Amino acid sequence: MITPVLRLTKVSKQFTLHHQNGLALPVLNDVNFEVSAGECVVLDGASGMGKSTLLKLIYANYRVSTGSIQHIDKDGESLELTTATARELIAVRRQHIGYVSQFLRVIPRISTLDLVAEPLLAELGYDEQAVKQARTLASVWLTRLRIPERLWGLAPATFSGGEQQRVNIARSMIKPRSLLLLDEPTASLDPQNTQTVVALIHEAITAGAAAVGIFHDQAVGNQLATRRIDMANFRSITCAAQ
Amino acid sequence: MPVDTQSPILRVTGLNKSYGDRAALIDASFELWSGEVLAIVGESGSGKTTLLNALAARDKPDSGSVEFQLREGGLTDIFKMTEAQRRLLARTDWGFVHQNSADGLRMEVSAGANVGERLMALGQRHYGQLRATACDWLARVEIDPARVDDLPRHFSGGMRQRLQIARNLVTQPRLVFMDEPTSGLDVSVQAKLLDLLRQLTQRLGLASIIVTHDLAVARLLAHRMIVMRRGQIVETGLTDQVLDDPQHPYTQLLVSSVLQP
Repeated sequence: MITPVLRLTKVSKQFTLHHQNGLALPVLNDVNFEVSAGECVVLDGASGMGKSTLLKLIYANYRVSTGSIQHIDKDGESLELTTATARELIAVRRQHIGYVSQFLRVIPRISTLDLVAEPLLAELGYDEQAVKQARTLASVWLTRLRIPERLWGLAPATFSGGEQQRVNIARSMIKPRSLLLLDEPTASLDPQNTQTVVALIHEAITAGAAAVGIFHDQAVGNQLATRRIDMANFRSITCAAQ
Repeated sequence: MPVDTQSPILRVTGLNKSYGDRAALIDASFELWSGEVLAIVGESGSGKTTLLNALAARDKPDSGSVEFQLREGGLTDIFKMTEAQRRLLARTDWGFVHQNSADGLRMEVSAGANVGERLMALGQRHYGQLRATACDWLARVEIDPARVDDLPRHFSGGMRQRLQIARNLVTQPRLVFMDEPTSGLDVSVQAKLLDLLRQLTQRLGLASIIVTHDLAVARLLAHRMIVMRRGQIVETGLTDQVLDDPQHPYTQLLVSSVLQP
């Protein structure tokens, strides 16, 4: 029996804008689904249907209005993400849940190589041997994503959009995690780099990761999807009426 | 880094403090764990500094408790310790980085003496060793060790802040309080200081509480955030939760008032 890695039950999300006369924006209603290891679930729906919101709820970046989101690790231990403490969330993100977006949050003065190596260090420790090991692996990822070696020592603040995006993919995926949340990771990449990223995601899923993804590029979605979910199922009644 | 999973390093319960009729702190409670960086944000007068001063035993609250995990003896209320015990904590297990470096440094003695002072207070007397440690720490905070004999007043603002950090971290404290450590510095100097703070807290596994009005600083350094308004904690959560999906009207105002934190 395959146990799910992720289980959403009756999840809803509504934004309340207190400074716009308390305007309530219902975005998602009654979201129920499970995702198991080896699956890549692609979310379908037009812009504004709450695809990104759903990924952010799973990452616990946004907070649910109602409902339950559980992460289940490979020992069968489940963590209720909607009520987990900050500490538990930090740990589950570090070990199990990765968020891959197209945007790099540049950290001033940190070299590209160290930025990519960093997620490994939280576990390996910060001694010389660990740093060396993490940098070696980071260089493999940067090479694969075609970031020229002459850039590795620089902070990526001055890089092109596409370069920053690929650095971010390396940083987000270097640590193997059991659940990947893919928020348009290939948007605006050229065909060659898009295929590299598709291959990397495919490898992660083959290795046993579960993924939930948003891809505007139909072809990419088709290549990766093992199942599709239509966001229209989660429209709230008030939203649909508008 | 070994993280004690049994209990927090700091447990704050129901703190209240008034100045005359004005309540500066109302029922503040939270826990901090080893390795966590917590940002306290809010506008001036919201009670951030009052809270920080109560936590660091610099100002006694009217009620409530602040318990610190001692190396031996577990969680202990700092206001039930003797003055001597508190002073020992303040110069060993705690650090305090002030907004104004003149409040945290001794301006009339050399950089090296500033770094060595806490070690001497702990009984280290070997001059050569103290000097070597001081030079090592100056290098770690990116101050040229050749300046070990210079007075802090001849340092730039950014260097003084870094000297303060070296002075505090030399005893390997487990909890560091920081009151607006980067305000008043040029943006380029800020970046250097922030990077340093980020690396040191990460690598040394420090617990740290940083008071700031700068949400970008909080985003970069802190795992968690507390939002204060009129003496009350109005919202808490992971830093990205609070900044990206603020729930309280005041937090929404705070977040929407700045340029892309």
